[in-house]
Amino acid sequence: MYSEADRGAPHVRDADQAIEIGAAPARESYLNAERILEAARQARADAIHPGYGFLSESWRFAEAVQRAGIVFIGPRPDAIRKMGDKIEARRLMTAAGVSVLPGSLDALADAAFAEAVAHEVGYPVILKAAAGGGGIGMARVAKPADLAAAFAAATRRAQAAFGTGDLYVERYVERPRHVEVQVFGDERGAVVHMHERECSIQRRHQKLVEESPAPRLSAATKEGLTAAAVAGARAIGYSNAGTMEFLVDEAGGFYFLEMNARLQVEHPVTEEVTGLDLVVAQLRAAAGEALPWQQSEIVQRRAAIECRVYAEDPAKGFLPSPGTVQKLELPSGEGIRIESGVETGSTVSVHYDPLLLKLVAHGATRLQAIERMIDALDRTVIEGVRTTVPFLRRVVASPEFREGRVHTQMLEQGAFNA
Amino acid sequence: MPEEIKAHITGVVFQIPAKPGDRVAAGDAVIVLESMKMEIPVEAPRAGAVKEIKVQEGQTVQEGDVVAILE
Repeated sequence: MYSEADRGAPHVRDADQAIEIGAAPARESYLNAERILEAARQARADAIHPGYGFLSESWRFAEAVQRAGIVFIGPRPDAIRKMGDKIEARRLMTAAGVSVLPGSLDALADAAFAEAVAHEVGYPVILKAAAGGGGIGMARVAKPADLAAAFAAATRRAQAAFGTGDLYVERYVERPRHVEVQVFGDERGAVVHMHERECSIQRRHQKLVEESPAPRLSAATKEGLTAAAVAGARAIGYSNAGTMEFLVDEAGGFYFLEMNARLQVEHPVTEEVTGLDLVVAQLRAAAGEALPWQQSEIVQRRAAIECRVYAEDPAKGFLPSPGTVQKLELPSGEGIRIESGVETGSTVSVHYDPLLLKLVAHGATRLQAIERMIDALDRTVIEGVRTTVPFLRRVVASPEFREGRVHTQMLEQGAFNA
Repeated sequence: MPEEIKAHITGVVFQIPAKPGDRVAAGDAVIVLESMKMEIPVEAPRAGAVKEIKVQEGQTVQEGDVVAILE
């Protein structure tokens, strides 16, 4: 199914059957559950794969799909609901023995209560939206005097974006790494992990580069992360593909951040490293089949890196750069995988996320994957819109990246600028 | 001297925090554009009074389009 804006898109043309569900603005199409269900009925679909944007983490949508007698390819609605409420998720993970950052276990009633918790936790702290995601409504607070104003602003932003202004507060970790663990469960209660992904290169709390195995991760931290991820997923009866996200501090301590109750943009990294097809596994799990693998069979066989090519201008603080792709040349060859939504002549609309394509390189070693990625970026030509390609090349070729000395605050501190 | 405030990106007008007659400081958001799921303010280049708002909520503007006039 597609919106009016995607009428000429390559994936629509490639589909056996495609149904237009509405106008370009997402709320009239990709966020409109009724239109989507109508299209599913018209196509006599027996299942819906929600992808990784729009309604993919809407428990109401998952429930509506099931009520319509259609299989939702993803976790059960109650698992999505629990993980979508970030405060509830923190509470459940704490109960499951998974470490979370020191902070509030309930929504903050007011700024005064926030100050009391922040005092206990120690400054700096970070305010986050209970319904949060994508960095919206997050604010770092350095000292008590700044808290009241930050609290009011974050409440307003969260209210506007999510319809609820509930906030919670956590300790702010300096120079943390973002390391996440892919988990997978079947409908019978079995849960495995598919190892970690390092995703610290971020702008606006959104990822630009992901890789696996994570460099410079001690065996003890890795063991702790994967065990915590599986324990957390089991505790909520999680089924299908999901990702447990953690912050790792400079001492190797790790803290649960949130769970993404869906397939992730960066799932190709895990597929290339393990040789397993996550989407096929999702379909099988949704059909009620038992997990096809034992934990011991899921092995990191090689190294893989993904670079997200966005239509954004890194020289202007990653401002959006919509337009028309005048020219597109993509690399190919040994160790290169590309997932692209555009071609020469494609319109890059203001209505959707600026992700144009994902470039994935794998190698027998991390160094080989890096060399292949640099070469692939050099051979990528995109004209008509500004892209993150030159920036990504600087990241991947930098000594910091090569040595795995990365953290989530590097870009806001001006790293990798030309 | 009146000064045109131009959109620095292509997007859809999401909010109009300023109205004609308002005093704004340099850097204040006059218009907020939405583009590719991001909200991006179009800021006043200097202090002054807003003379005219040239766009409406929901309207698509191209990079370089005049969105407001500063007195």
